Amino acid sequence: MTGLIRAELTKFRSVRGWVVGCGVAAVLMVLFAVLAGAGTSDTGGPRGGGSLPVGPDGTPVVDGLTLVRQPMAGDGTLTVRVAALTGTALPPPQPGDAAPPGPASPTESGPAAAEPWAKAGLIVKAGTAPGSPYAAVLVTGDHGVRMQHDFVHDLAGPTDARWLRLVRAGGTVTGYASVDGTAWTRIGSAPLPAGEVSAGMFVASPPHEEFDQFLGGTSSMGGKVIATGVFDNLTAAGLPTGADWETVTFGDDPAADRPDIGSTRTGDTFTVSGAGDVAPATAAAGPKLEQTLVGGFAALTVLVVLGVLFVTTEYRRGLVRTTFTATPGRLRVLAAKAVVIGAVTFAVGLVAATAALLVGTAVRGSGGYPVSTGVQIRIVVGTAALLAVAAVFAVAIGTILRRGAGAVAAVVVLTVLPYILSVAAVLPAVPAQWVLRLTPAAAFAIQQTVPEWPQVHQAYTPAFGFFPLPPWGGFAVLCGWTAAALAVAAVLLRRRDA
Amino acid sequence: MEATIEVNGLRKAYGRTVALDGMTFTVTPGRVTAFVGPNGAGKSTTMRVVLGLDRVDAGTALIGGRPYRSLRTPLRHVGALLDASALHPARSGRDHLLWQAHSQRLAATRVDEVLRLTGLAEVGRRRAGGYSLGMRQRLGVAGALLGDPPVLMLDEPFNGLDPEGIRWMRGFLRTLAAEGRAVLVSSHLMSELQDTAGHLVVVGRGRVVADTGVAELIAAASADRVTLRTAARTEAMTALARAGATVAVTDKDTLTVDGVPADRVVTVLSEAGVPFSEISAHRATLEEAYMELTRDAVEFRASEVTP
Repeated sequence: MTGLIRAELTKFRSVRGWVVGCGVAAVLMVLFAVLAGAGTSDTGGPRGGGSLPVGPDGTPVVDGLTLVRQPMAGDGTLTVRVAALTGTALPPPQPGDAAPPGPASPTESGPAAAEPWAKAGLIVKAGTAPGSPYAAVLVTGDHGVRMQHDFVHDLAGPTDARWLRLVRAGGTVTGYASVDGTAWTRIGSAPLPAGEVSAGMFVASPPHEEFDQFLGGTSSMGGKVIATGVFDNLTAAGLPTGADWETVTFGDDPAADRPDIGSTRTGDTFTVSGAGDVAPATAAAGPKLEQTLVGGFAALTVLVVLGVLFVTTEYRRGLVRTTFTATPGRLRVLAAKAVVIGAVTFAVGLVAATAALLVGTAVRGSGGYPVSTGVQIRIVVGTAALLAVAAVFAVAIGTILRRGAGAVAAVVVLTVLPYILSVAAVLPAVPAQWVLRLTPAAAFAIQQTVPEWPQVHQAYTPAFGFFPLPPWGGFAVLCGWTAAALAVAAVLLRRRDA
Repeated sequence: MEATIEVNGLRKAYGRTVALDGMTFTVTPGRVTAFVGPNGAGKSTTMRVVLGLDRVDAGTALIGGRPYRSLRTPLRHVGALLDASALHPARSGRDHLLWQAHSQRLAATRVDEVLRLTGLAEVGRRRAGGYSLGMRQRLGVAGALLGDPPVLMLDEPFNGLDPEGIRWMRGFLRTLAAEGRAVLVSSHLMSELQDTAGHLVVVGRGRVVADTGVAELIAAASADRVTLRTAARTEAMTALARAGATVAVTDKDTLTVDGVPADRVVTVLSEAGVPFSEISAHRATLEEAYMELTRDAVEFRASEVTP
């Protein structure tokens, strides 16, 4: 087999056009990275500065809320009823508007339905630093009662409950909900560091956002929203006796400076208004890191053409008879071709993706959604693997069809085209998602750096950089197609006259 | 391994077209076996079957007693040239041989050896796309020789060769056979194999029409034809006719005598006292012998067209 692999490698490297093609693929990849980086700097949007805080597990998060708190030194229990949760949309800030927006004026819309993920509830939070650990049980605008902790964890509770209870015992916080204040349902529990924490009522509201991906484009619109929660029937144990409730706002959200954010107390009723969100981040100012790899589709196009030609030129010239005369075991020949094309394109892809990431990052500067080293390695190695497996897929299709033009068309239509149609928002969101589930282009999911969070409202559609399958799941779709194509090619090779 | 090709009862049909119809013959070592027949007679198909490239509906093809597909490094057992233009034009001749050498675990030095052997050492590193047809044939022969195989199988190796190339190829084939190899050479032009082939397998319509030694065939075809030059034409005709010969006048003073061997012609003329200036026994060319041999088959085919 090693002799056979050497033979196929010699075939590949001795056709100058193919070697040049590999170089072209790498150059295209870097060129697109430069274009992507330069393009984003032209927008003049907020870049750099606003680096995201990270949660206890390192996930980039947003941490903005209004908290009415008291210190809690040890064990304790809070119980409250959320009487109401409403939202107030704010007009979008006008560029160059010197004066900050005033308090709710008649031009603003009055109290309305809260955002689906607006939150009002009980929280214990370790520290005031952004991203510090917490555990909370809360009522949402449209997702029932939830128990959430440390930003990324989210458990669903009863949908119609209004009574909330948070019990801190030792290093564990447990959340309960109730419809009537007497029969309680345990939702879940969360760990929380020992020591003094802030305990109390909080309100937060993510901004209102509407996204659409339709035939030929996308749209997104939205604006800041202030949510207002009304709390009553508060009982507390484990808090300092006679201490006052203190109102604190977290987050660097501009809306947090508004005078209508804060809390008022009327008797035993607290009215708390807050903006921002306590949740994993799904976007950041500046471009996403995977945009440096946007040239992947161009490199893919070149490399699948090479993969096809590596086989079909042999059929076109009759050279395939020489090949099978030298090696009557045709499946071994197919395997050797796949290994050689896979290895060559993987190496080219690795160099190209690394260069594109470095060059693209240098061109666009810092900022954007922070990506861990592990994820950076995954998107670079994954892009190389995507190119390599797609090239092997092209070898298989070339073997099946034996004609260069037809095979190139087939492979491009199956791999490159679905990606472009979906990601460039030519297709509406739902067809685009199906295309990226079913076609080999699903493998581009390997480049996604920002995870999807069910507890965060976002446009999780391809045009916004979100793939319907997880990174390795999407890659597995390509591998499945390739395995199937290789199997068909193997059967045909054995059956056909050369 | 014994240097033989054994083809036994090959049958193959493409749809309703019968390509091979019980093809059976054996190629033995030490001589060049000519594999001749009109285009479409099944020569190339037979060779592809021997090399395991095409499947057959029935029959076997063995190299030294083994099926081709069972050979681990087949180019060390059989060297084949099927189509000299089966090249990637951007790949150099040397690289074309190099990948084949790698596939058989042969050293790269062997590539340079066969390039020298076939007179391609100078052009080996040039793109094969620029080679003339003659150079491609040489490159194909170089490929066939790569594994120094005891069996060689060449499909139309004379195609595109200039006269010098044809002479080189003939000598080359004779040398290979003299080294004890079994050499099967197909051709549709019998004259190319003049003075080269020792054995003849003639095929038509997918089966063997004749399987014979070249020497016997030519002797049979040349049988008893004598060209005679004489001033006494009438006397010579009378004397030879009496001796049982068929005599035809081909020129003013030239006769062609059939049915009596040359030495008998001399005796008859001497006894009758007829003077002659020149007598020569005619020797048929391989081409003529081949035409003689296939005349029946051709006539059979013609009669089939018009029932």
